[in-house]
Amino acid sequence: MSKFGFEIAKDLRRDLDCSDTLLFSYVKSRQPDILKCIGCGSCSATCPASVYKQTSFRRSILMLERGEVKELKSLIEGCMLCGKCNIVCPRGINTRDIILTINELFIENKL
Amino acid sequence: MTADVLVIGAGPAGLRSAAGIAAKGYKTLLLEKSDTLGGHLTKWDRLFPNQTKAEELVSDLIDQLGETLILNNSVAVSIKRDKMGWFTTKLLSGEVVESKSVVIATGFRVFDATRKEEYGYGIFEGVITNVDLESYFKGGKFGSINNINPSKIGFVHCVGSRDDKVGNPNCSKVCCVSAVKQAIELKEIFPDAEVYCFYMDLRMFGRGFEQIYLDAQSKYGVRFIRGRVSEVSQNSSRVLVVKAEDTLSSRPIKISLDILVLMSGIVPCDENKILLNNSGISISDDGFMMPADSFLNTNRSNIDGIFAAGCIKGPKTVPEVLNEADSVVNHVDRFLRKAL
Repeated sequence: MSKFGFEIAKDLRRDLDCSDTLLFSYVKSRQPDILKCIGCGSCSATCPASVYKQTSFRRSILMLERGEVKELKSLIEGCMLCGKCNIVCPRGINTRDIILTINELFIENKL
Repeated sequence: MTADVLVIGAGPAGLRSAAGIAAKGYKTLLLEKSDTLGGHLTKWDRLFPNQTKAEELVSDLIDQLGETLILNNSVAVSIKRDKMGWFTTKLLSGEVVESKSVVIATGFRVFDATRKEEYGYGIFEGVITNVDLESYFKGGKFGSINNINPSKIGFVHCVGSRDDKVGNPNCSKVCCVSAVKQAIELKEIFPDAEVYCFYMDLRMFGRGFEQIYLDAQSKYGVRFIRGRVSEVSQNSSRVLVVKAEDTLSSRPIKISLDILVLMSGIVPCDENKILLNNSGISISDDGFMMPADSFLNTNRSNIDGIFAAGCIKGPKTVPEVLNEADSVVNHVDRFLRKAL
């Protein structure tokens, strides 16, 4: 690909000024519970899918907030809707509803 | 000058101690270095957790002073005990106060945020401290906020706290909840502004504090980013550019902000050190006064007859300080009854 034996490295820094928060705002309006996350990681720790895949509800909320739609997709793909995250969440966040909402948005918008 | 009890410092601790001791009928003299009463409370607008007006609290405390004599603009430099058991307190002015017991309630100092140069306090107009913000809340006016009409605001937790490099290893305890309180207050004034808190841990230790945090998240939409701000600069349009790590996603972030509020912490006061050293009262390695015992005698010094209340012994909330003052009143009373 490169003629010079080197290529330009990808910028890994997140620029919050340009983050795409449209999806976040939409999910927030449908399920305001999403704002209550304290990032404790109970959900990801108990998730049976997280043992084999990248699945993490904690991280998916964060990625939604940061507008990283692509990464978000890989984080909820493995979800089997078992609801264990729902049981352990100390803030009582309706995790399944949020995952289903995100999923719906993905389907509607062909993301 | 002679009194039964000398109380040094007229912040909440000193005011409450003096009021309690005077109410028991002892001749009480209250010493204050400035020309006003109330200490740091006079700089504050509203107090967590229930938004009590600091001004009202101070005036309530002053109302309770009763027969207490007040000596403003006076700084104590040393306390010595004579053979008769009387304490002789020397003031900076050269005057001397004689008393049977002394209560030290000289409090703390707010960390000088210019020492954390990377945050740009005193360099960039948009960078202010928690104290500056309270003066804005109090007076409705503060240079940079009025000029800018901010749409993006950030809070930096732990400025000068938990920081060995500036010589303060302690957590200042009250800044976490103060920051969240102030974030909510700013959201009330600027509902359309985005407010971010850059924190490392959120130490919501007190009753009702967690609810303030939850309200900030869900009612006010304050956004919390775990990571300490590493540097602040300004772009060509004079907007602050802030760098931090979003540690929950392990990625560096950059954000531009109109106002950045630095949560300056509670550090020991240099004048306290002079007074304590001159008087032979023990100081801990962290610079705060060391109580006679960490459990049973937290409000007594190593010298019998000299007591201490409030933040001279480390960061505390206002109710904690007032409770300590109440306890000191009993200590002083018991001590004087024994001595008489």
